[in-house]
Amino acid sequence: MRLVGRANPVTRLAAAVVVTTPLLLTLDWASSTVILVTELALLFAAGLTVGALWRSAWPLLIAAPLAGVGMLLYGTPSGREYASFWLVHITAGSIGLALAISLRALAIGIPSIVLFRGVDATELADGLAQRVHLPADFVLGTLAAQRLVGLLIADWRQMTLARRARGLGDVWAVKRFLGMSFAVLVLAIRRGTKLATAMEARGFGAHGTDRGSRTWARASTFGARDAWLIATAAAVAATGLGIGLAIGTLHWVWS
Amino acid sequence: MRPARVEARGWGWRHTGRLRWALDGLDLVIEPGERVLLLGPSGAGKSTLLAALAGVVGGEEEGEQHGSLGLDGRPAAAARGRAGLVLQDPDAQAVLARVGDDVAFGCENLGVPRAEIWPRVAEALDAVGLDVPLAHPTARLSGGQRQRLAIAGVLAMRPGLLLLDEPTANLDPEGVAEVRAAVGRALERTGATLVVVEHRVSTWVDLVDRVVVLDHDGRLLADGAPDAVFAQQRAALETAGVWLPDAALPLFDGELGSAAARSEPVLTAAGLAVGRERRGEPVRAGLSFDIPAGASTVITGRNGVGKSTLALTLGGLLAPLAGRVEASPALARGLVPEPHRWRSTQLLTRIGTVFQEPEHTLVARTVRDEIGVGLRALRASRAEADARIDELLDRLHLGHLAHANPFTLSGGEKRRLSVAGVLAARPPVLVLDEPTFGQDRATWLELVRLLRELVAGGSALVSVSHDADFVRAFGDRVLRLDEAGLHIAAEVAA
Repeated sequence: MRLVGRANPVTRLAAAVVVTTPLLLTLDWASSTVILVTELALLFAAGLTVGALWRSAWPLLIAAPLAGVGMLLYGTPSGREYASFWLVHITAGSIGLALAISLRALAIGIPSIVLFRGVDATELADGLAQRVHLPADFVLGTLAAQRLVGLLIADWRQMTLARRARGLGDVWAVKRFLGMSFAVLVLAIRRGTKLATAMEARGFGAHGTDRGSRTWARASTFGARDAWLIATAAAVAATGLGIGLAIGTLHWVWS
Repeated sequence: MRPARVEARGWGWRHTGRLRWALDGLDLVIEPGERVLLLGPSGAGKSTLLAALAGVVGGEEEGEQHGSLGLDGRPAAAARGRAGLVLQDPDAQAVLARVGDDVAFGCENLGVPRAEIWPRVAEALDAVGLDVPLAHPTARLSGGQRQRLAIAGVLAMRPGLLLLDEPTANLDPEGVAEVRAAVGRALERTGATLVVVEHRVSTWVDLVDRVVVLDHDGRLLADGAPDAVFAQQRAALETAGVWLPDAALPLFDGELGSAAARSEPVLTAAGLAVGRERRGEPVRAGLSFDIPAGASTVITGRNGVGKSTLALTLGGLLAPLAGRVEASPALARGLVPEPHRWRSTQLLTRIGTVFQEPEHTLVARTVRDEIGVGLRALRASRAEADARIDELLDRLHLGHLAHANPFTLSGGEKRRLSVAGVLAARPPVLVLDEPTFGQDRATWLELVRLLRELVAGGSALVSVSHDADFVRAFGDRVLRLDEAGLHIAAEVAA
């Protein structure tokens, strides 16, 4: 996992896109299986443990088979029918679909979770601004704003208590929710304004159009391991698609 | 780094949508290296002046100005970075998640080369005495540490002018001492010009060499050496709400309420464990104590020790995580004894809670409606509600603001409004969380007088405070909360 962990967050983002895009565009059990198996083999080889996988991906590990069950029971019937009652038809076709859906969910979900896990927001911002050249004001503004989320959650709790204290706690929950949503929005704007002032007081946005003059305390670099990560992701995706094509199970979502 | 020179010539500023100029016709020169304490009543435009000097008061859409305000001969708005501003709210200022990155943020914006940034960060953290690793999360700093971080972030930019806007108003006494020491050390090293705004003069008086006083209309009232200004302007300063270092507070005799009332508990806690989250870890546990009826109880203790959580639990707003809080039958008036099980409107007429942050409690569009919120919830008649609101507007000096939007009031006014909103329903028990936080002397005295009247009139008061003067004025019964639990620190014999 050190290969992934030390890679630039931007690369991790890109690798996840590369490996999952073919799966989003296709629906077949063969390419999903190949990609999932290769992914797991590579991740375990790179040091991922079963425990760590379960801890970070357990909701997915539960949800993916459930998605398959839906398909198994209600998927478009085709081929030999194994069982049926009322609307439920378990057929060769629906079994295939169920497998494909479950495998696809896992093959998309696992690498996304593993690659994103532990991405540091500040490092991602550094990468997006310095390497992808997104506008610095936009990236840093977003980065600073996500820090407000915690404060707003605390505001919400405090306001719930305050409303009870003021005699407004007995009103219909939906009405109270709407009222509080508005109030928390007002507070969010005020907090945002304060933060913006604090950022401006530290010279943020002071250079107007002269963007080039901002420097970055932390260098965001691409190295050999980033190239490796992207190449591996591309190879995994290509292998999956290739095998799907070769054995003729490949099925584009639009066809 | 050169210390900066400030020059205001007939300068004034008016916020968009306001009739009154926040500052008007200000003539002021601050020479390089001078250390100025800026005083004045709330609403005198002190914060506006600091923001303008830092170049962050805003553009034409935010307000209009006349005259000139210069920093080293350049308009202040064009000299951003020459002045470093530290604000009051420790929460609002940490921009990034890690200490080192946050201090570096200003340097990055000023275009300091990377190789130079990190030595500056180390130097700035050293100057404020913040001895934590660079990767330490900013969210895990105490209030005092966070303010020192904000100062370090500004120092790393090497400003010629350090602007501090009530940097210690939200801190406990330890935090205040930390920040004061950090600023002293930083000025010694950099020789920067200083302008600090603060109501409590004693914190800064030894550090400054000049005092500038603004009046309510944002004009210059007095200017000179601290001792001379304090001697000449004592009366004006006290009316303006400034805390002079040696000013005696009007004597508030310790005893409030009658001995009989003190011997009778209105709230009783037994084996109480308090916490914000139902299933979370308790902040404090095993607390057993009484709150006497018709007397004042003050709960003190460090920041973060759980005082506010305890207050909210006593106020019937948080359920105890273990143990019980029980109201006396006289308070419960036929309801179950546990206040947290009462309905919101039942609680309203029994226990009133004044929150630390008034903004969390604001729900109406005008000051008048805000005071009437509880009365409407209780379905009081129009005439009755109007009479009560008028009475409170008058008593808390909010009459001239009756139709203003509560969010636009000053800190002191918002505090008075939040007290008025609670008093409207006449609860016999009042719980106040840091009622004097960041208040000027005038608001402070008014609040103390009002609260003492309430106790004298038979109300029970429970206040959480680490304001030593407040504790002295309400010293009937002082409970100290710390890691070991709740102790009686002082008590008038029943």
